[in-house]
Amino acid sequence: MTKAQVLDVSVWRGGVSGEFVAYRVPRHDNQTVLDVVTYIQRHLDPTLSYRFACRVGVCGSCAMTVNGSPKWTCRTHVERVANGHRLSLSPLRNLPVIKDLVVDMRTFFTKWRRARGYFISAGTREDAFARVRPDSAQRRQADKGIECINCAVCYAACDVVSWKPDYLGPAALNRVWTLINDARDEHRDLHLAAVASDDGCLGCHGQQACLQHCPMGLNPAAGIAGLKRTVALAALRGEL
Amino acid sequence: MNSRLDVWLWMAQRATAFLLVITVTIHLGTMIYVVNDGLSAGQILAHTRGNLFWLSVYGSFVTAAAIHVPIGLRVVLMEWTSIRKDGVNMIALAFAALLAFLGWRAVLGLYA
Ligand code: FES
Repeated sequence: MTKAQVLDVSVWRGGVSGEFVAYRVPRHDNQTVLDVVTYIQRHLDPTLSYRFACRVGVCGSCAMTVNGSPKWTCRTHVERVANGHRLSLSPLRNLPVIKDLVVDMRTFFTKWRRARGYFISAGTREDAFARVRPDSAQRRQADKGIECINCAVCYAACDVVSWKPDYLGPAALNRVWTLINDARDEHRDLHLAAVASDDGCLGCHGQQACLQHCPMGLNPAAGIAGLKRTVALAALRGEL
Repeated sequence: MNSRLDVWLWMAQRATAFLLVITVTIHLGTMIYVVNDGLSAGQILAHTRGNLFWLSVYGSFVTAAAIHVPIGLRVVLMEWTSIRKDGVNMIALAFAALLAFLGWRAVLGLYA
């Protein structure tokens, strides 16, 4: 293989302590980063651990750090991110490493629950479908944040999470913003109370790394700013 | 995890930031004017003594600073040190008292 046809890939191997191991992978047009790790596991080292499910940008499980930035890998083309012919792959930041490229997502999902990032309704199956006007101002706000795939790329990109491990993080807060703008949700007060603190939306410095890295093009920072305004208004009205 | 104190401190910091923008602008404008006019310390004091306008400008300035800065310090300490939240609150409160004391001493020096 000539230099141009080959990728020099260094991959994090091990757990919290470990090392980068070098692999040489044939280079192809239209190759994604996920194709590269799959090649390594199938042809060079079957003990390599990584995660994926859908391969089409839906499940959010394939995220890792690619040349220093958090990315979903199934839809990241090598062509766009390779540094010459080099690729460096490591696990996502801000989450404990289990093995190789696999992180423990538990804290990420626990924080969704802590933020009350789940739909709360008093409706029953006997009730008719709720009607939500797609063009209402509230619905438009919710729509902007609704496509989150829980990949934790924003969480890994966020410096506040690394400084303050209790900080709920962009994904959970973005989710709460969609819920308090959801006309069908019955407990705006509970959602707001869950995020109205230094560990919640008030902890955000607006650095916008979440916006910069979100593969779905969402803007959690804007949602968090919306939460800050809503929380402040609720406090002034004595609702918190 | 809801903390009413966090929310009120956050709002106080925003409100005092607004006040600081106004008072710092007046302060800087005045400084430039005074330097260009070559006024001496004595002449400046002659303008500020007993003047309620300058008392209110600088009074709001130091009060806003004494609220705004310690809240920011509190956030920095929470993010960069392992001091517990109660301890951080105490440090911020002590710092607020110090700033308010030194600031008001200077303001009263101009007024009285
Ligand atoms: S594998 Fe499902 S999003 Fe990448």
